[in-house]
Amino acid sequence: MFKKFSPTTDIAGHTPVKTSIQRGIRAGILSQWKIEPETLEAIWPKKEGLVLVKCREHISIYTVHNEPLLFQHFDGPYYPTLQLLHKYPYILPMVKVDRGAIRFLLAGAHMMCPGLTSVGGYLPPADASLPAGTPVAIHAEGKDNAVGIGITKLGTEEMRKVNKGVGVELATYLGDDLWALQTL
Amino acid sequence: MPSKKNATPANPAPAVEDPDAPPPPDPVPPVQVLYCAVCTFPPEYCEFGASLTRCKEWLKEEHPDLYDKYYSEDALTAKLGTLSVEAQSKLEKDTAKKEAKAEAKADAALKKKMASQVTIKRIERNKRKHVTSIHGLEAFGIDLKKAAKQFSSKFATGSSVTKNPQGLEEIVVQGDVSDEIVEMIEAGVGVLKGIPADNVEVVEEKKKKGAE
Repeated sequence: MFKKFSPTTDIAGHTPVKTSIQRGIRAGILSQWKIEPETLEAIWPKKEGLVLVKCREHISIYTVHNEPLLFQHFDGPYYPTLQLLHKYPYILPMVKVDRGAIRFLLAGAHMMCPGLTSVGGYLPPADASLPAGTPVAIHAEGKDNAVGIGITKLGTEEMRKVNKGVGVELATYLGDDLWALQTL
Repeated sequence: MPSKKNATPANPAPAVEDPDAPPPPDPVPPVQVLYCAVCTFPPEYCEFGASLTRCKEWLKEEHPDLYDKYYSEDALTAKLGTLSVEAQSKLEKDTAKKEAKAEAKADAALKKKMASQVTIKRIERNKRKHVTSIHGLEAFGIDLKKAAKQFSSKFATGSSVTKNPQGLEEIVVQGDVSDEIVEMIEAGVGVLKGIPADNVEVVEEKKKKGAE
C-alpha cells in the first residue's frame, strides 16, 4: 500500500475529524484491536483532535500531533502504523514468517502460505484460528519486533490446508514510505 | 449536549471492566524499541537493510551488548538454523550487492545536489515593478514553505510557493529583491543553509513586447 508514497503528490488534504466520527473510530478500534480503553486514551487522548489525511487510492491516514497513528483503506479495518505496533505489540494477533521470507517481505511482497506454515513460521493454533480479512502483525523468525502489518486473505486453518498462494496481504512493512514518514 | 453524549459510551466500558480488573486500571506503558540511527530499522533488521556495514559500526559503538547479541559467532550460526547454507550465502551476496547499489545511489544523489543550480529570476511585471522567483532550493533539502515565510517576513512583502509552467515548485517574492536574496543565501540565514554560492545564478527576464 505504501511501497510508493510521497507526501507531496499523494496527499489530498488534511482535515480535522468531527467528534461524532471520532467517537465511531474510537469504538471501532476498541472492537477491532486488543487494546484497553485506558491505553488507547494514553496514545490518543480524548482532548486531542484526530486529523484525517486523505491520500490517493482511498487511503486515509489518521494523525495525532502530526504523527500518523492509524490508517484505513476504504471502509476496511483500522491498521496501526508499524511504529505504534512496536510500542504496543499485543494489539494485533500475530503470525510469523520464516527467515527465507523476510527478504521478500522487506521488498513489499505479499506473504505466501508456505512461509507461514513452515517450521520457522507461526500461525495461531486451531482453537484460536483467524478468519480471512483480519489485520495481523507479521513477525519474523528469530526477531522480536514486528516487521510488517497485513491482512489475512485466507483463514488460518485454510492456509494450513491449501498451503499455496497468498496467505497474508501486506499493508505496511519496515522501510516502506509510511515508515519513513515520521511526521505528516 | 455533545458532552453528555460523549459520556454515555465512555462510561459503561470502564464500569464493566472494573469489577474483574484491579480497580484503577493504568494504561499499559509502551514498549521502548531501539531503532538504528543509520537505517531507522530495529537493529535486528539491519542485516536486511542497505547499509549493514555502517549499521554494524554504529551498533558496536553505541550498544556493544546488542552488537554481541546480533553479530557474534553464536548468533550467526544460530541464525543458520533453518536455512540451507547456499540460501544463506545467496542472501549475503544479495545484501552486499544491495549495499553497493545504495552507496552508489547516495553518491550520485550527492553529486547531483552539488551540481544543481539555484536560479534567481527577476521578472518584470510592469515597467517599474518586478517579482523575484527562486527556483531549485528544494534540491538542497530546504522546505520551500518555510523559506517563503522567511522571505516574506524579511522583506515585508508577499512571498509564496507556486508551480511554474514546467510543474516544478518555486518561490515567488514580490518586488525586486534578487540581490538581497543572493546575500542571504551566501550568508546562510535561517533555513537557507548549505547552498554553495557558486551554484547561485541570477537571471533577468524582461516582459515580451506586446504580451499581455
